[in-house]
Formats: sequence, C-alpha cells, structure tokens
Amino acid sequence: MQMPIARRTSIILAVSGLASVVLIWSVITYGGFVSAFFLPTPTAVADAFVQLILHKDFLSDIAVSFGRILAGFGISAAVAIPIGIGIGAFRAIQSALEPIFAAARYMPASAFIPLLIIWFGIGESEKIAVIVIGVFFPLVLLVADVASNTPRQFLQIAYTLGASQWQGFWRVFLRSSLPGIVDILRVAFGWAWTYLIVAELVAASKGIGYVILASSRYQRTDEIIAGVLTIGALGLLTDLIFRIVYVRLFPYSERVAQR
Amino acid sequence: MSSITVDSVTHRFRSKRRDVVALENVSLEIEDSSFTCLVGASGCGKSTLLNIMAGLVRNTAGSVSLDGKIVEGPGPERGMVFQSYALYPWLKVRDNIEFGLSLSGTSPKARRHISENLLTELNLVEFANSYPHELSGGMQQRVAIARALANEPKVLLMDEPFGALDALTRASAQQFLTQLWSDHKRTIVFVTHDVEEALILADRIVVLSPRPGRVREVVDVPFERPRTAALTTSAEFGHAKERILNLIFEGSS
Repeated sequence: MQMPIARRTSIILAVSGLASVVLIWSVITYGGFVSAFFLPTPTAVADAFVQLILHKDFLSDIAVSFGRILAGFGISAAVAIPIGIGIGAFRAIQSALEPIFAAARYMPASAFIPLLIIWFGIGESEKIAVIVIGVFFPLVLLVADVASNTPRQFLQIAYTLGASQWQGFWRVFLRSSLPGIVDILRVAFGWAWTYLIVAELVAASKGIGYVILASSRYQRTDEIIAGVLTIGALGLLTDLIFRIVYVRLFPYSERVAQR
Repeated sequence: MSSITVDSVTHRFRSKRRDVVALENVSLEIEDSSFTCLVGASGCGKSTLLNIMAGLVRNTAGSVSLDGKIVEGPGPERGMVFQSYALYPWLKVRDNIEFGLSLSGTSPKARRHISENLLTELNLVEFANSYPHELSGGMQQRVAIARALANEPKVLLMDEPFGALDALTRASAQQFLTQLWSDHKRTIVFVTHDVEEALILADRIVVLSPRPGRVREVVDVPFERPRTAALTTSAEFGHAKERILNLIFEGSS
C-alpha cells in the first residue's frame, strides 16, 4: 500500500485536497445553496477572523489557550515518559502499574470535569487538569509500548560488548526508544488540543474554546467557524514543528513520522 | 590461548505448559584459534548452545568455561554476531564499530585508531559516516563483525550470520570471514543449518541431533585451505556433505 511517491506529487496532492474543500465550501455558500446563517462564505469567515483579532482581542485568547496546552501537555509528558519507560523496561513495574493505566484510559477526561471543578475551582488549574487527565493515561501506555518494542538483540549485543546494566539501559534501551517517544508526543499534542477545547467549553472566561462558545450564544456562525479553523491551523502548525524536530533529531530514521 | 569447554550442558525450558529439553548432556572441547561450526536441523538447540556460550541464556545444568573460567553471563571477551545484524540505527558505521570501546572508556583517539583499521580491513572506509540503513545487507553484516572484533574478543560467536544474505553475497562473506579468521587467529564458533557453508568454513563440524539436542558426532573437515569454489563441486565434498546430512537426519524419519 505505502508506495513511495515523489515529494512534488505529494505536495500537489495535499494542496489540491485542501483546495477542493474550500472549493466545495465556496460553491455551496456563494451559490446560495445554504443560508449564510448555517454556513457563512469563506470571505465572511475570514472577515470574522480579522474582526476577532482587531476588536475582540482574539490573540490573547489564543495565547491563553496555548499556555494551558503547554502546561497540561508538559506536565503529562514529564510524568508519563518516565513511568511509561519503567513499564516498558521492567516486568515488575509493568505488572504493578499497567492495569491502573489500562482502566484509567477508558474513563473520559470530560467526565472528570465536574469533579475537577470541585477540586480546583474554575481557574487555570482546572483547565490544565482536564488536559493532564486526558493526555497522561494514554501517553503512559503508548510510551510503554514503544519502550517494550526495543529489539532484545540490541541489548544482548551491548552486554556481549561489555555494557553494564546501567549502560544497557541508558545507551541502548532509552536511546533506541527515543524516536518513537518523540513521535508519540506529537500525537499526544493533538489530544491536548481536543481536551483544551473540552475544558474551555465549560466554565471558562478566556481562550479559543470560550470564544467559540460565546459566539454560539450570539449565533455568530462566522466567528465559530473562524475559531474552529484557528484550532485546526494551530494544530497543523504544532504538528509540523514536531515533524521538523523529529527529522532533525533522528536523521537516520528511514521513516519520517507518518502517523 | 582461548579454548572453550562445554561440560555436560543441559537446558530445559517450559513452553505451553510442557517441559522442553533443548539440550541434553552436551560436552565439547573447542580448541584455541579453531573454527567450529554447529549444525543440525531446526530445533536442535544449536543457537541455544551458542547463546549459553555467550552467557545470554542460562543453562539448567552443566557448565561452559573459557580458558578454565566458568561463564556466568555475557562479557566482552566473547563477541557475538547475529543474523539480524542488530546494528544500532542511531549510530554511524564508525560509531557502531567503536561502541564496545566507548563502553569501556577507551580514549577517542585509541578508538579511532582501532575503527580505522577495521574499516580498512573490512572494506568499509567510504561508509564510515553512513548510517546502517544506507548499507546493503552484506555490508551491514561486515559492520556487525567489525563491531564485535573491535573489542578484541577471545572468541567470536556467530549465529547464522550469513543466513539473510543472497547466494553471491554469502559466498564472498564466507571468503572474507575465512581471511579474517586466518589473519586474526581467533576462536570462532559458527552456527549454521547450511552444511555446505559449514564444510567451506570449519575445521570441525559438530552435528547436533534434534529434541533433545545432543552431540551426534564431531566431524573433522579434511579439506585444505584455501577452499575454493572448485572444491564445492568435487566428489569428496559431495560425499562429506551427504555424510553430514545423513547424520543430521538419522533416526528422524
């Protein structure tokens, strides 16, 4: 299935894919097939976006949202990576912890919001906590999976070359897991966006999610769509940054992050 | 002097709720600087025996010793080469070769000196700064051998190292390994299921019987070195091959 194609072909396909969505959108809106109230035209949405930035301080909402994501994602990653590696590397840790995380990942973060509001109030820490709960548990399991996939022969070779357990762990086991972990962080950052918006749709007074909710109250579909597209664009941008970092850090990798 | 003594080694393991005897009462003497091939049908425990020599698998009973010292785990005096190369993809060819030396804290200058020599000897100089995935299978296997040799091990243990190579690459790999062995004078234990390969490479061939793995016979290979391609078509070679194949499959059908 995954036959390689030329880079140029791939760019042309990507651009035409996006263009066709805009084209369909344009045809049904400018053509008057749907009412502007349900689906505004691209120009109306672009205008709403500019107005949001100029008059409603949308940039500071974006900044607030971004700050929450960075905090929530940062905390999740900082705790999940060592635990995941521990589970992937040591059977005893795996037996003790894996069931907890396997169960926890099925509890949706949004279901915790009422509890988190009681625990943390409706301030920043509650928003960050929603992201942490949504991202942390599945992240642990994916990191554990990557770590446990380290080829056994990598370690065996290290020991026959004179490595201590410590050297085997740091210089082979961890090093071998690193690209997979960075790739998973990229995917987890996408989850963080989802949980951020979930958090901001409940009891927020700032942030992209809040702007979308507020626009809904005034039935401003143009602003809602501008907000949703902003999330999409920012998500795409962060994804791109992760991919660039991946390629820079792991030039030996045959596979440039595909997921 | 680096001789290996395998003394009444037995290895059992549990698989699917039943005890499997992989090796039973195997005893062997492997002489210093000799080239020994372990052959046998799949499941005869030849790789297990090699892994026990490497210290990567713990035997249930008996012992393996190197120069009189009992093997209790893996160590740098016994280098290992796997069929899958197991090169570290994040290290360039040169750094793969120097990996063992870097573990023991050898100075970068000394490491560089050793890796330069091996790169030259194994014809890998122009690939020193390539990553393993940029190399062909035959070259990757040479890097794996160079990585093991860089540590100057007393013994080189090789587990079907040429099993993944195509026939032509394989033939040239056998030639260069023979050359390497006669230059370095190192004890080599080489696992293969290919009887011809064993006859081309070895001084002695240890034939193992399947389940439980026992030493069926130790065959001295009579052919003069260098062993050329012409040898493999000779009548003596054919006879020797047939005899060993008969030993391998004796009693199994």
